[in-house]
Amino acid sequence: MSATAFDRLRAAAFSLLLLMAFAAPAFAGAFEDAVTKFANDDFSDTAEAIDAVAASGNPLAFPIISALNDERLFADPESKKVFIKQADDKIIDAATGAAVDKLPDGAAEVRLNNRLRRAVDTALGSLTLMSPDPAKRISAAQSVFKSHDEAALQAVDEALAKETDKTAKAAFTEARAAILLFKPDASEADKLDAIAVVKSKGDQEALALLTSLGSDQPPLIAKAIAGAISSIQGNLALWSMVQNAWYGLSLGSVLLLAAIGLAITFGVMGVINMAHGEMVMIGAYTTFVVQEVIRTRYPGLFDYSLFVAVPLAFIVAGAIGVAIERGIIRFLYGRPLETLLATWGLSLVIQQAVRTAFGPTNREVGNPSWMSGAFELGQITITYNRLWILVFTLAVFAILLAMLRYTALGLEMRAVTQNRRMAASMGIATSRVDALTFGLGSGIAGIAGVALSQIDNVSPNLGQSYIIDSFMVVVFGGVGNLWGTLVGAFTLGIANKFLEPVAGAVLGKIAILVLIILFIQKRPRGLFALKGRAVEA
Amino acid sequence: MLTQLTHDIAKMSRRRWLAATAGLVLGLAAFTQAKAQETIKVGVLHSLSGTMAISETTLKDTILFLIDEQNKKGGVLGKKLEAVVVDPASNWPLFAEKARELITKNKVSVVFGCWTSVSRKSVLPVFKELNSILFYPVQYEGEESERNVFYTGAAPNQQAIPAVDYLMKDEKVKRWVLAGTDYVYPRTTNKILEAYLKSKGVKQEDIMINYTPFGHSDWQTIVADIKKFGSAGKKTAVVSTINGDANVPFYKELGNQGIKAKDIPVVAFSVGEEELAGIDTKPLLGHLAAWNYFQSIKSPENEKFIKAWQTYTKNPKRVTNDPMEAHVIGFDMWVKAVEKVKSTDADKVIDALPGIEAKNLTGGTSKMLPNHHITKPVFIGEIKANGQFDVVWKTPGLVPGDAWSKELDGSKDLIGDWVGKKCGNYNTKTNKCGGQGS
Repeated sequence: MSATAFDRLRAAAFSLLLLMAFAAPAFAGAFEDAVTKFANDDFSDTAEAIDAVAASGNPLAFPIISALNDERLFADPESKKVFIKQADDKIIDAATGAAVDKLPDGAAEVRLNNRLRRAVDTALGSLTLMSPDPAKRISAAQSVFKSHDEAALQAVDEALAKETDKTAKAAFTEARAAILLFKPDASEADKLDAIAVVKSKGDQEALALLTSLGSDQPPLIAKAIAGAISSIQGNLALWSMVQNAWYGLSLGSVLLLAAIGLAITFGVMGVINMAHGEMVMIGAYTTFVVQEVIRTRYPGLFDYSLFVAVPLAFIVAGAIGVAIERGIIRFLYGRPLETLLATWGLSLVIQQAVRTAFGPTNREVGNPSWMSGAFELGQITITYNRLWILVFTLAVFAILLAMLRYTALGLEMRAVTQNRRMAASMGIATSRVDALTFGLGSGIAGIAGVALSQIDNVSPNLGQSYIIDSFMVVVFGGVGNLWGTLVGAFTLGIANKFLEPVAGAVLGKIAILVLIILFIQKRPRGLFALKGRAVEA
Repeated sequence: MLTQLTHDIAKMSRRRWLAATAGLVLGLAAFTQAKAQETIKVGVLHSLSGTMAISETTLKDTILFLIDEQNKKGGVLGKKLEAVVVDPASNWPLFAEKARELITKNKVSVVFGCWTSVSRKSVLPVFKELNSILFYPVQYEGEESERNVFYTGAAPNQQAIPAVDYLMKDEKVKRWVLAGTDYVYPRTTNKILEAYLKSKGVKQEDIMINYTPFGHSDWQTIVADIKKFGSAGKKTAVVSTINGDANVPFYKELGNQGIKAKDIPVVAFSVGEEELAGIDTKPLLGHLAAWNYFQSIKSPENEKFIKAWQTYTKNPKRVTNDPMEAHVIGFDMWVKAVEKVKSTDADKVIDALPGIEAKNLTGGTSKMLPNHHITKPVFIGEIKANGQFDVVWKTPGLVPGDAWSKELDGSKDLIGDWVGKKCGNYNTKTNKCGGQGS
């Protein structure tokens, strides 16, 4: 290398260095200015700051935006300084990245509203497209799909070229299609390809994207869009039938769970127990107490709280049931009207007692993590809590059935309810069996309360809202027959859910009641009537 | 009075004489006690049992707290205030009976009470007939202005309309779901909102109206419908007039089906701090509520009130809410009116109340209007993870409450004016009292 060439190179390197030395502070200055805007506590300033920080390319951009998303970004209105609280509780200055001992006293969380949360999503989307975690890349691609921001096209193309994960690749392809559809200067062929991609995605988001394109499109594209929309709609209509059926099963499982205890006390024993709903409520409050204890003493075990609550609710509600049978109902056998009035009065007493003890307001019963959220099955959303309740209900039903069929107590119960005098003369202590049967029914109502606390209010009125439905299910299914209760509950649930989209919730419920009344006229003993001499006894 | 009594006794038979003597002794005892400390009686007519106990019990406590505070300051007109609490048990006809009992038997000077519109409608004839005063603290559907009732909660133009305006301007919402419980307040509010949205150019196909029964708990279908309605490519929002207990399962279902506020925000008119206390609010982050008061609002009055309230209830976590603030304002206005006319006589107090001003808890001053509604600020709050609301928008000043909605054909010409016109439904077109309504 000649001396002149070397000199020239040296000069170039020096000028480059000089340029960087000047440029870098100017660059950092713009970034710092943007960060300072977070401290203004003004939504439009925060919006500008998000855009500027996300576009800056500064390595601190991602920590800042993700801290904002998780409510870990703090600003001090006095000094206009902005801080990030890291996951390990250490504090750093957002503008410089320098560590800070502690937050200033006046520092407060940077506030967000829905508009800003969308902006944060978009910013995070473009910042995490290259994340090493495929799940993060997929969610980034999904947020790009929603925002279909033209600026992200290049990044998406780059990410797509590098992508190896199959799901992530599909997500990126969809995101790219969404951007192209909204890009005014994209070629017609590109747009047609994009429509095909979105069409094959086929869900409600795809439909939303296509319908929001508007009608001012070239004829060929407009036609393709219309075709894609009607194909997606047809597909979704089919899925909505599946969805209704699932909702019906889920409602049916709740009805069954609430009614199953009544099927014992009313169905098998013939006691019109108006306090049945209150046993459900007591089960729900037992769950609340269990969770409170776990929360304060053993917070790590919260996810298992329901496993503790189920047996406890059975014992508490069952014990109260036995006490009610021994204290009140045994004097009233064969006097249905008095039983009805006495148990109804009792239900009011229990409600007011709970109201006095726990207060009139709703109590918070948390969902364990395995019961929160949902997953997608095809085009329908299945929520975990409903799924587990369905499984739980069927399990309770199976256990109960097995108990009645295979245990000694079950045999005695059936004997006493079918022919009391004969059972007594065979040496069965009928009054003990009565108490245990009533306790069993009440205990199962208590278990139902544990499950219902996951989807409904835990308030003193909880039971009231289920008592009518429970009687409906038992009468419709056929008194004295557990299988009838099962079929009745699911029939009513599914019928209700297919009527609801057509008639609305209020009319749907009325229609169901009318149908049941008509049905009972035709078959007074319900779906599965008991036959034989037991009926006449 | 005593001579009259002895005269009566002389006419009585021996058997009744005995009973009457007992009564007289008791009466005399009460009389001497009353003389020792004469009180002004304040009626509290809120359900302490039944469905509405969840909301109304707090309001009973609020009035007891306010009376306690006032008595610490020396009472009113030199007399102590005495609360008379009755329990109408969420039973609408019982509200009327208990109101009659309060006014005739307990001789209360004023009643603070009711929550649901149907309970208010049930007690109206009683208050008119016996000429007493009712302070009603809850947001309601409007279309009413009565001489004996003072409405300290929001009328639709103080809650629903500003909330819709906010969504239209700030969130650019184009499609609307109006979801409510099936009774008079949601139905009337939604009628007003529908007329208002249409006047702003929203098409019929972009409005979905849905009603559910009281205490509805299975929201799967409706939430799925909302999701479907929201995927038509236009920004969608839900305006919820769902009442009471049904809200918890509704919000749980929203959270579980993954409807985020940033996609489809829900703005509620009946969900406050108290209702949120029973829900895990993390999945609800960003959903909205429109009220005239939030516990999180920073003002010296509010901070003082919350502190005093939590000390009074001995519960440092006890929340405050909008209807409580309405009672605070109403109570203050009543005290001021009584002190102004130096009497608790119903006619005098009713005439004195319009024009009375009282500080609200959010740093402004509310005024009683001639239509017996008050001026209030309107706030839109977003639900935060801690169960409180973060105010994201508020009206620039106080909004005067309209007794009659300007959006509905049947009521747009009506005004309530108990000062000049002495009429609750004065028709400004025909210049006559009594166009429509009661």
